[in-house]
Amino acid sequence: MKNVELFNVSKSYEKQKEVISDISVSIEPGEFFVLVGPSGCGKSTILRMIAGLEDITKGSLRIDGNEVNLLPPSKRDISMVFQNYALYPHLNVEENIVFGLDVKKVKKFERKERCMEVAEMLGLTDYLKRKPRHLSGGQRQRVALARAIVNQAPICLMDEPLSNLDAKLRAHMRSEIRQIQRKLKITMIYVTHDQVEAMTMGDRIMILNEGKIQQVGKPIDVYNAPANPFVAQFIGSPPMNLATANINLSKQELSIGGRLKLSIPSNDLQSYQEDTVTLGIRPEYLKIVNSINTKSTNNYLDVKVEHVEVLGNETIVSFQLDTYRWQAKWNGQWNVDVGDIVPIAINYESICLFNSASGHLIKGPTQVENHIIHEVTV
Amino acid sequence: MRWVKKGLVYIILSIAALLIFFPILYAFLISFMTGGELLQGNIFPERFHLENYQKAFDRLPLAHYLLNSLIISLSVMLGQLVVSAMAAYAFVFIPFKGRTLLFFIFISTMMIPWEATMIPNFMTIQKLDWINTYQGLTVPFFAIAFGTFLLRQHFKTIPKELHEASEVAGLSKFRFFIKVVLPYCKTSLVTLGAYGFLTTWNMYLWPLLATNNDSVRTVQIGLKQLQTQEMATEWGVVMAGVIVVIIPTLILLFLGQKQLQKGLAQGALK
Ligand SMILES: Nc1ncnc2c1ncn2[C@@H]1O[C@H](COP(=O)(O)OP(=O)(O)OP(=O)(O)O)[C@@H](O)[C@H]1O
Ligand SMILES: [Mg+2]
Repeated sequence: MKNVELFNVSKSYEKQKEVISDISVSIEPGEFFVLVGPSGCGKSTILRMIAGLEDITKGSLRIDGNEVNLLPPSKRDISMVFQNYALYPHLNVEENIVFGLDVKKVKKFERKERCMEVAEMLGLTDYLKRKPRHLSGGQRQRVALARAIVNQAPICLMDEPLSNLDAKLRAHMRSEIRQIQRKLKITMIYVTHDQVEAMTMGDRIMILNEGKIQQVGKPIDVYNAPANPFVAQFIGSPPMNLATANINLSKQELSIGGRLKLSIPSNDLQSYQEDTVTLGIRPEYLKIVNSINTKSTNNYLDVKVEHVEVLGNETIVSFQLDTYRWQAKWNGQWNVDVGDIVPIAINYESICLFNSASGHLIKGPTQVENHIIHEVTV
Repeated sequence: MRWVKKGLVYIILSIAALLIFFPILYAFLISFMTGGELLQGNIFPERFHLENYQKAFDRLPLAHYLLNSLIISLSVMLGQLVVSAMAAYAFVFIPFKGRTLLFFIFISTMMIPWEATMIPNFMTIQKLDWINTYQGLTVPFFAIAFGTFLLRQHFKTIPKELHEASEVAGLSKFRFFIKVVLPYCKTSLVTLGAYGFLTTWNMYLWPLLATNNDSVRTVQIGLKQLQTQEMATEWGVVMAGVIVVIIPTLILLFLGQKQLQKGLAQGALK
């Protein structure tokens, strides 16, 4: 187990503008750390800098406290899984797996033993003599994984290893990779553009956009309290709904498009300096109002349904709010038609507010449906 | 309908094949004829006897020439493979300033006909005192732009991740070359090898210039000698010599046909 630290790391290709700017993060030993962001945001670049395949323009990279900026890849004690597997086509599965051991002068007997052990773990024992081109995508992926694991390197880097697999296999491999990482206590740095992978696999995730860190934290914390609207929309599916809201301090009121008014608790008042903020709310917190009692307050909104998706166990309803397109997610199957008018409730406790200029989070949701097994019924 | 079409195609192909192959076939048949038979204009010999072959081997040190040819062709083949592969490796995997420019200069030497370089080459080997030696017949052909070009095109198709994976695994540059690059590009290597072997085997002018006795002469010169000796009389003997000389070429073609096609197509397409 080794830790990896980046201090103010920047990268520019051929003296052009920076594709990575000023990244500082410390990755703990044995941690599963996920780098996530949209295409082209520089995830692979960071991973390749950690691997030593790309030089670092500015800043310093430390592994176990030692600066390794100039160390060649082979001296960094890492293994790497490439997006397209990078298996040697002329070698069979077994030779592919032990390829690195051969270089490290591991004894033939031990090589064989370690190969068998890993092959067993990943269910590859039947394919050891096959060439990579005679394997399916999922099997190739597992060979690539085996090749990384067999090295017993303390740090493993993976660049979108599951992106070529179908949905079912991907879900299976997610948990498989996670289990192996736990078992072998590898420090894992995992790149993906898929927020589901990030949420389900990472101990901590780092969201990147245009080469800059947006937020680092536990998946749940990032989900509940996104640092800015970008993160809010990137993590979660469907994305968080956003709209501009006005704050009226004298009336202690927050209004969205003049139609919906939420009263602000007095405790919170001093944290608001600005008149307009960006409001965000997760689709699952947009509740349908069905009892007349709740209708008496004015924290609900009549909206016209524009699109309905029933996914079996949940229903996603889209509607227009001012200029924004919002989505609500309800459990179960709802019999809603396009064109219906539905009353939607918004709770002050479940909204996020962001500074509309800088995008910083001012207020996160305080009332999250956070179940704890012992107290399901309150 | 389909069968008719197919049949027609086969008939046309067969005629074309026969036309192209006829000279060799005829030479093969003549090699069994006596001078008299040949003058009568026979196409098929009366009987297949090996007298002409015997004579060809008697009059010339044909076995010795064959051995020389074999040694020289194999050396040139190996030399070309080694030099071209290493040059191509440098052009693909070692980044340096002006790499592309250098490559184009390198490639442009393909436009200089080999005959034009003959005189400087000859003077060089003369100065080195390499007349009548194997090195004189082989070394000038080791570096060929075509081979470097062919291999570079194939090396470039190696995914960059394979290179990076080997770097992470800690492979040295040379071991990457031996253990990944060469096996990956086997077809092109076979193609280049066959090409090098055949062109060297069929070379005539240079071996003639660079030798003045029998010690390292090749079989092509032997053929010419046979022809001048036997002018007008015993064509059968000359043809027997020809057949002996083309046998290795044919064997090589049969063995490497598939790989050769693949490799050349690859070079042409990429
Ligand atoms: N060799 C290079 N030369 C110049 N620019 C590059 C090079 N490699 C990457 N870039 C640029 O750096 C930026 C980040 O690229 P990177 O490959 O890290 O993106 P990514 O986040 O991995 O995207 P994806 O999810 O599509 O793989 C991109 O804008 C890209 O154009
Ligand atoms: Mg990438």
